[in-house]
Amino acid sequence: MSTRQFGAPVQRNADPALLRGEGAFIDDIPLAGALHAAFVRSAHARARIRSIDTRAARANPDVVAVYTADDIGALDAPLPLLIPHPSITAGGKTQRPLARDEVFYAGQCIAMVVAVDRYTAEDACEAIAVDYEPLPVELDLEKAVADGAPLVHDDIPNNVAAHFIQESGDADAAFARAEHVTTVKVRLERSTAAPLECRAIAARWDRVTGELMVWDGTQAPIAVRGGLASVFGIDEDNVRVVAPNVGGGFGQKIMMFHPDEILVPLAAMELDRPVKYIEDRVENFIGASQERAQIHEITLAALKDGTVLGLRDSFLHDTGAFIPYGIAVAQVSSTSVAGPYRIPGIWVEFKAVYTPCVQVTPYRGCGRPQACFAIERAMDQLADELGIDRFELRRRNFIAPDEFPYRREGLLFADGLAVNYDSGEYAQALDRIVGEIDLPAFRAEQAEARAEGRYLGFGLGFYVEATGLGPYEGGRVKLHPITGKVYVTTGLTDQGQGHGTVFAQIVADQVGCAPADVVFVGGDTQAQPWGVATFASRAAVVSGNAIHKAALRARAQIVQAAANMLEVEQDEIELRDGGAWIRGGNRSVSLAEVATATNPLRYAFNESSKTATQFAPASRHDGPPLAEGTHPGIEESDYFSPPHATWAYGVHAAIVEFDPETCAIDIRRYVCVHDCGTIINPMIVDGQVMGGIGQGIGGAFYERCAYSEDGAPLAASFMDFLMPYATEVPDAELIHTETPSPLNPLGIKGVGEAGTIPVSQVLASALEDAFQPFGIAPVRESPLSPSMIHALLREARARPA
Amino acid sequence: MARSLPSKPIPAASSDPRREVTLTVNGETLTRSVSPRMLLSDFIRHELGLTGTHVGCEHGVCGCCTVLIDGRAGRSCLTLAVQAEGAEIRTIESVARPDGTLHPVQQAFMECHALQCGFCTPGFVMAILSYLEETPQPDLSEDAIREVLSGNLCRCTGYKNIVRAFRRAVELRDARATGGG
Ligand code: FES
Ligand code: FES
Repeated sequence: MSTRQFGAPVQRNADPALLRGEGAFIDDIPLAGALHAAFVRSAHARARIRSIDTRAARANPDVVAVYTADDIGALDAPLPLLIPHPSITAGGKTQRPLARDEVFYAGQCIAMVVAVDRYTAEDACEAIAVDYEPLPVELDLEKAVADGAPLVHDDIPNNVAAHFIQESGDADAAFARAEHVTTVKVRLERSTAAPLECRAIAARWDRVTGELMVWDGTQAPIAVRGGLASVFGIDEDNVRVVAPNVGGGFGQKIMMFHPDEILVPLAAMELDRPVKYIEDRVENFIGASQERAQIHEITLAALKDGTVLGLRDSFLHDTGAFIPYGIAVAQVSSTSVAGPYRIPGIWVEFKAVYTPCVQVTPYRGCGRPQACFAIERAMDQLADELGIDRFELRRRNFIAPDEFPYRREGLLFADGLAVNYDSGEYAQALDRIVGEIDLPAFRAEQAEARAEGRYLGFGLGFYVEATGLGPYEGGRVKLHPITGKVYVTTGLTDQGQGHGTVFAQIVADQVGCAPADVVFVGGDTQAQPWGVATFASRAAVVSGNAIHKAALRARAQIVQAAANMLEVEQDEIELRDGGAWIRGGNRSVSLAEVATATNPLRYAFNESSKTATQFAPASRHDGPPLAEGTHPGIEESDYFSPPHATWAYGVHAAIVEFDPETCAIDIRRYVCVHDCGTIINPMIVDGQVMGGIGQGIGGAFYERCAYSEDGAPLAASFMDFLMPYATEVPDAELIHTETPSPLNPLGIKGVGEAGTIPVSQVLASALEDAFQPFGIAPVRESPLSPSMIHALLREARARPA
Repeated sequence: MARSLPSKPIPAASSDPRREVTLTVNGETLTRSVSPRMLLSDFIRHELGLTGTHVGCEHGVCGCCTVLIDGRAGRSCLTLAVQAEGAEIRTIESVARPDGTLHPVQQAFMECHALQCGFCTPGFVMAILSYLEETPQPDLSEDAIREVLSGNLCRCTGYKNIVRAFRRAVELRDARATGGG
C-alpha cells in the first residue's frame, strides 16, 4: 500500500498556477467584444423616487443600453425569498433588480448602464439624474421596533420582519428551581465578509445554439443556473454557470440573486454581446450584504454550585431592508446559544427587524459569533457572581462524552431538523487549553506586571458549530484513458478552501495514485448538474463523503478489470503508485491502461492504449463488447446525504496586555484548541482556522459597518472598514483534537467557519480580566475600539470609589 | 428570444482621447495608445492581458495590484498608464522561470500554505520580491516580517503562513544561491 494520503499535509494542486498569476478569476477571462455594466445606486437610505432622467446617458454614443425598472419587462418583480419560513411576517420583503418608485437603503440599484468600457459606464451613471424625496429612518434596532418608529416597509408594522420562539425542555420549571439568576445584555454591530475579490459576473449568449453561458463568482452555481433558467424560460441544460477561481466568499457569495446576476445575463441576451460586471470595493460595502448586528438579552438560571438549569434569550436581529435569506442567520444564533452546555430548559425568542440598510445574509459564522458572545459573556458573569473559576463553571455544565447523541428536542436548526449534537470531548478540549496556558504561572506574571503598572488579562471562549448540513452532494470519479489521471467532480465550489486537494487525498487512497494526479473539477454546472453549494462548513463533509463513496466504487471496478487483465483473482490485486499490482509481485497494469482497456472502443492514441492490448481483456463475458448492465471506462458516481448536521467545537484563549494611557491592546498569546472530527489535511485545517481567527480579530476590534443616523454608510472603503493587516493579527497557536463524527463514513466535521466564532468573546473576557484594577464596567459590545475602551475607563474613573 | 438586428452600431472603443505611452513590461518594450485616464492596473490586465495583477480596492489599501515600477513595489491602481511612460514594470508573470519553475518566494508560499483563494497572492509575492531585492539580509524576527507585510491585505489566511513563507523564501533563495536547490 502507498502511504496513506488521508491525514497528511498534502500541498495544493491549485497553487502553482495561482502563484504564477495564472489564475482564472472572472475578470481575467477574455471575452471578445465584451461590454461593461455599472450601476446607479441610491444616495439615500429611504426615499421616494420622483423621477429618473436617463436622457444624457442614453445620448452618449459609447453607451449601449440603459436599464431602469421600466426597461426590464417581467424581471421587474421582487427577487425570490430563498428560504421562506412561517415566522416571517406576511409578505416577506426582497428587493427588485432595479428600484421602482422608492428605495430602501443607500446603495440600492436604481439603473444599470451598459457601455463599451467601465469608465464610460460609470460616466454615464453620473449623468443619470435621480430626484429623491427622502423619508425618515430609524436605524437603532430597539427604537425601530417601538410604536411610531419610521417604517422601512409601509405594510410591515413595527418593522418586524419575523418573530420566532423556540423552547426545549421546560425553561419555566428551570427558572422556578433556580438559586441564582443572572442577566447579560450584549450588542454586536454590523460587519461584512469583504472577500478580496469583490463579486463579479460575466455572461455570453449564443443565439445560434441558444446557450446562455454565465461566469459567476458565486458559491452556488447550480442554484444560480436553476434560477436563471426559470427567470428566462430557458431549458436548464442550455444554461451553464461556472464559478472559476473565486477570491474568497465567506458567505457573501452564497446569496442569490444579487441584481446584477439577473441583469447582466439579460443585457447579454438583449444586446447579443458578452457583458461583464465587476463590482468595485465601494459597491461591495454598500450593495452586497452584511451581517452580525444583534442585541441579546440572555438570562441564566443556576444552582449555587454553578449547574445551569435554564436559559432565556430574547434578541433583536438586524436583517437590513430585505430578508432574502429568510431567518437563517437568526435561527442559527437561536439554536447555537446554549453552546456546549447541558442546560435542560431553553427558551429563545427573536425578532428579525427591517432597517434601512443593505440586506443581511450569512457571513462566515452565520449567527454563531453572536450566540457565542451572548452565552459566553453570561457564563463569565455567572462564574464571577458565584465565585467559581471560569473554567470550573464550564466543566460542570459540559455535555459529557457519554451523553451523545445529545438532542435539544424542540429546537429546530436552520436545516429544519432538531438540534442533535453528535459527538464531543468538551472537557478534554478545555483541559488541553488549561495545560497550554499554565494559569498559575500567568496569574503570578499578571500580579508582577500590575505592580509595574502593566495590565495583563486572560480570557477564553468555548463554541460549538453545526457543520456539514444536508441535503446532499454528489461526487464522480473518472479515470482518464490517455493520461491515467483521475478526474474528481462535484457540484460545489471552492473559494480558496482547498477542497480540490482534500478530495484528491480521499480519492488517492482508494485508487492508489498520487494526489497530484487527481484533477478536481468543481463549480461547473455542465460537469456536475446535481448538488447544493458551498456554505455552512459543509464541502468536505458532504461532498467529501460522496466522493469517498464514488471512489470506493471506482476502486472495485479497477480491481475487477485489473484482475482480468493480469489473469489473477481480485484479492491478489493491490492498487498503488498509479497502477494495479499483483500483491507481492512486480507485474502491474497502469491506471491509464485499465481506463483504456475498459472502453471497448479504442484508438491507439498513445502508449497506454497500445500496451493495454497486451493484457487479457478487462471484462470476461460472452456477447456484445459491452456486457449488459456495465458502462464503458472507469467512471463512478455516488451521493451522500447526511442525517443531520455534525457539531464541531473548540475553545480559544488569549492573554492580552492593556495600556491605560493609549487604550491600545496587545494580544500577547492566542491559543486555539479545536475539533473538527477526523482531519483530512492538517495543513489546510490550520489554514482555515487561522484565517477564521484573523477575521475574528478584525470583527472584535477593527471592522465596523457603521452608518450615520440618516442611514448613510460610513464604512464604504478599506479606509473606514479597517481590515487587519499582518501587524494586527497574532501568531495563534493551533492545536487539534480529533473526535470523529458518527454521522459519515469518514468521521469528519466542517472547519470553515470555526476560527471566527469565539474571538470577540475571548478578547472581551481577557480585557475584562485586564481591566480589573480599574473597576471598568464589563464588556458587552463587539467590536470594541480604543475609544470605546477609553470611554469605559473614563466612566470608571469618574465613579466614586 | 426573437432574433433582431442590434438597434445601433456599437463602437469598438470609447471616444476618450488617446495618448501614446511607451514602457517596458517584463523586459519587453511596447508602445500603446491609451485613454489618459486608464489606470496602470487596467492597462496591465486588459490591454496587455497580464491578469495576474489583481484589483481588490482601487484605492490603494489592499496591495493586490502591487507591481514593480522601476524596481520598487508600487500600487498599479493608483498610477495612470500614461504616468508609466518610460518606466520599467515587472508583474507576477515575470517571476517564475520560463519553464514554470517557481521562484523561491512562490515556492515558499506553496510549501507554507500561504495562499488560499490566491487573490492577494501576486501582490504579496511582488512586495516581498521587491523587499528582498532591496534588503538581501532581512531581519527575520516576527515583528520585522509582519512590518514588511503590512502593506498588503489578505482575507483568507490570517497571515501566519505568509510570515512563515517569508522566512522560508529567504532559506530557499540562499539554498539556490549556494547550488543547494
Ligand atoms: S487594488 Fe490597488 S491597492 Fe487595492
Ligand atoms: S489568500 Fe485569499 S485573500 Fe489572501
